[in-house]
Amino acid sequence: MSAQVITVTSGKGGVGKTTVTANVGMALAMAGKKVVCIDADIGLRNLDVVLGLENRIVYDIVHVVEGRCRTRQALIRDKRVPDLYLMPAAQSRDKSAVKPEDMVRICEELRPEFDYILIDSAAGIEEGFRTALAPADLILLVTNPEVAAVRDADRVVGLVEAMGKPTPKLIVNRLKPDMVRRGDMLDTSDVLEILAIELLGVIPEDEQVIVATNRGTPVVLEERSPAGQAFRAIARRLMGEAVPLFLSEDGQGVLGWLRRLVRSGGGR
Amino acid sequence: MNWLDRLRGQPSPRETAKQRLQVILVHDRSDLSPGLLEVIKDEIIAVLSRHVPIIAEEVRVTVTQDARECRLVADIPLGNRHSRS
Repeated sequence: MSAQVITVTSGKGGVGKTTVTANVGMALAMAGKKVVCIDADIGLRNLDVVLGLENRIVYDIVHVVEGRCRTRQALIRDKRVPDLYLMPAAQSRDKSAVKPEDMVRICEELRPEFDYILIDSAAGIEEGFRTALAPADLILLVTNPEVAAVRDADRVVGLVEAMGKPTPKLIVNRLKPDMVRRGDMLDTSDVLEILAIELLGVIPEDEQVIVATNRGTPVVLEERSPAGQAFRAIARRLMGEAVPLFLSEDGQGVLGWLRRLVRSGGGR
Repeated sequence: MNWLDRLRGQPSPRETAKQRLQVILVHDRSDLSPGLLEVIKDEIIAVLSRHVPIIAEEVRVTVTQDARECRLVADIPLGNRHSRS
């Protein structure tokens, strides 16, 4: 076994990086994969809270880097699924506590034991961003369909290419199909045309995500949640399955309505 | 967007967002501000005028893009040496 290292990044903060990391990680684990999620947002850790594992932290990534514990000791096992682990960030330190070479070393140590290593990057394009990207085999770029988030995403695409890393794959988060239909919001096709990178998935706006975060139970565990379904579809695409994309494009008119009806009735 | 705006032929917020992004990103990606493009244009005019007659008022210097490739395009109409009085 040699894990694929997937870094989740965005440029702009608040677009849903941590939610994507937690849910895609859990969806992969639900599909029987062995997964570890690493919180690389040192000083502003949140992945533990979104996963609902905040009460079980003893050691964190900075302890590992400083040699105060073994790598395995900083891994918290999620008891809801067979093989999901979290390596939390330190809360009382800053980004410089973990260097790019530290992240590469930790991933090299974990690779033989896992199928997927997901790294939740810090917002911004400074030190923390470079550290999270250093070991990445695949980069997921999360954006929202709005001007500021797409602009920052474009900057990340340029920086990633300048670093010699593979071109990121896009996740459009918090799309509101009704607003797109009314001409009030950018559609996935607009974002794709502008960024000109490959699309991995579209996650519709879903109130269940907030409920899930409040409870610490990722929305992907909710069978009927539209966002949860979108996260499971992303996980299946990462595993190499061809899963059709949710696009609001085909949502217009009677034909689109029928198509949606068939799709939602199809159940998953 | 309401039907009245639509009747008036106003662009939708979606179209406006897309157009604004396209303009913003041309400058972000090329690191060329509109001001710098003007400077480049003036210098091109100055250099070329020494060698060929050009119509300075009609020179256009723009950045175009195809997917993620940016291109600096200068459109320089030549003046006709013989027809000039």
